[in-house]
Amino acid sequence: MNGMVIIGAGESGTRAAFALREAGYCGAVTLVGAEPHLPYERPPLSKIVDDTVQMKLICAKEALEAAGITYLKGCSVSKLDPVAATVSLSHGQLLGYEKLLLTTGARPRRLACAGAERALDFRTHADAEAIFSKVAPGRRVAIIGAGLIGMELASVLRAKDVAVDVIEAAPKPLGRAVPARFADKLHARHATEGVRFHFDRSVAEIGNDSVVLSDGTILSADLVVSAIGVQPEMTLAEASGLATGNGILTDACLRTSAPNIFAAGDCAAVAQAGGGHIRFESWRNARMQAETAARNMVGAAETFAAIPWFWSDQYDLGLQVAGQPLPGHQSVRRSAAEGELEFYLDDGQLVAAAGLGIGNGLAKHIKLAEMLIAACISPEPAALADPGVNLKTLLKSARAA
Amino acid sequence: MTWVSAGRLDDIEQEGAIRFDHGGRTYAIYRGPDDSVYCTAGLCTHEAIHLADGLVLDFEVECPKHSGAFDYRTGEALRLPACENLKTYPAEVVDGEVRVALG
Ligand SMILES: Cc1cc2nc3c(=O)[nH]c(=O)nc-3n(C[C@H](O)[C@H](O)[C@H](O)COP(=O)(O)OP(=O)(O)OC[C@H]3O[C@@H](n4cnc5c(N)ncnc54)[C@H](O)[C@@H]3O)c2cc1C
Ligand code: FES
Repeated sequence: MNGMVIIGAGESGTRAAFALREAGYCGAVTLVGAEPHLPYERPPLSKIVDDTVQMKLICAKEALEAAGITYLKGCSVSKLDPVAATVSLSHGQLLGYEKLLLTTGARPRRLACAGAERALDFRTHADAEAIFSKVAPGRRVAIIGAGLIGMELASVLRAKDVAVDVIEAAPKPLGRAVPARFADKLHARHATEGVRFHFDRSVAEIGNDSVVLSDGTILSADLVVSAIGVQPEMTLAEASGLATGNGILTDACLRTSAPNIFAAGDCAAVAQAGGGHIRFESWRNARMQAETAARNMVGAAETFAAIPWFWSDQYDLGLQVAGQPLPGHQSVRRSAAEGELEFYLDDGQLVAAAGLGIGNGLAKHIKLAEMLIAACISPEPAALADPGVNLKTLLKSARAA
Repeated sequence: MTWVSAGRLDDIEQEGAIRFDHGGRTYAIYRGPDDSVYCTAGLCTHEAIHLADGLVLDFEVECPKHSGAFDYRTGEALRLPACENLKTYPAEVVDGEVRVALG
């Protein structure tokens, strides 16, 4: 029976399977996932609350059954034939499809230094278990890479009284996705918590119980974790001749270069109105693209236009970023009871907002900012800066206008 | 049913919510756009996040963590990833004081 086949049972693939049903699709839906568990969420892996690694399921087995989704777990697709419209499963089976969705996610970038195989990755539940089963108070962990994952891990380890060294090739942490102001604040907090940073240096060699840096410094480490970013998983797409770049290339409707194949989530690089393709590595992007792709698979022609949004939790601090702040934007600061917000204007128009504060206290402000961004307004910078001006009032007047 | 005082209506922003802890449990108390008050369990049914930190618009509260949404009058889960409804409790305003029945 040919129907909808989804490759990759992460956030995006699982959400897409349900979204196909919500869009009214009644045929067969098969979700193929290489990992041996029910689909689970990745963000909780780096936000340990007690001593155990959480396995937060995206959905229960019963929910998959009730929706009539066939979930093939611990099964990977080894070949995709876009001409015959079939996929080959590691179980040996050949599966035909009417439409296919690639949600293969991303895989950790590997270190190239001597002893690289000693460093642990941090992407899957199994990775998290491998790391956390080996840490205990007083042990030393070297984290390579000061991006979001590395910094979240550092905060969790410090809370467990583990000594943490962070090695980063750039001159400061969180250089990629986080606005400079908040990256600096998070950096300061990590330093206060006792994380030792080694910037402007790479790793020359990883030994049994040490890491040698490019300048000759030797750090002792019981455990080394590599968190130097991820690469889109596009092996299948490449081998089957689909167009790829920094991700599986899709049009604005998430359709790949083959007409019946779509891609969504961390693996997809989506065509932008202004030219080029963009790939995001965030939880909500994975879900939202899944929903759009699913509707398009059953006949809609929606372009994907959600405003990017992600969060990160480090210590008791919550960071949220909506839109894409760029260095060229005019930035406007506002202090709030719960922390600090920054808005970003491009030629007067609000295009992004970020906030850092205790817990989720700033979430409502970021959400309102996101709605203001969607409303394409050009607010007075003075109004944005003034904590006395309610963003909800701004939104209501923008909507009334 | 025991009615307990949960503070003054003026302490809740219109179209806003506050967290209210009582008897070892946590609740969220909302003030609607028409000054009506409502009370629900305080934690999101998705991942136990405080809903009082969320955005209240009309009669909807959006969870601050993953944007799940609920109708706070009925507790109904309106948007994924929240799919389980919230428990609700009677609430009223007497002489400017908010009272909730938590029994
Ligand atoms: C530790 C950690 C913390 C994070 N924290 C946050 C956060 O705080 N906020 C945020 O916004 N985002 C966060 N993210 C990012 C977020 O989790 C990802 O963006 C999201 O999981 C992407 O979903 P996806 O479905 O596209 O890919 P994935 O979740 O990577 O799922 C892809 C799945 O496809 C499977 N697969 C690949 N190839 C095949 C094949 N050939 N056959 C079968 N199966 C295959 C893989 O095994 C994998 O299970 C975090 C990520 C990690 C790792
Ligand atoms: S915790 Fe509320 S939606 Fe996830």
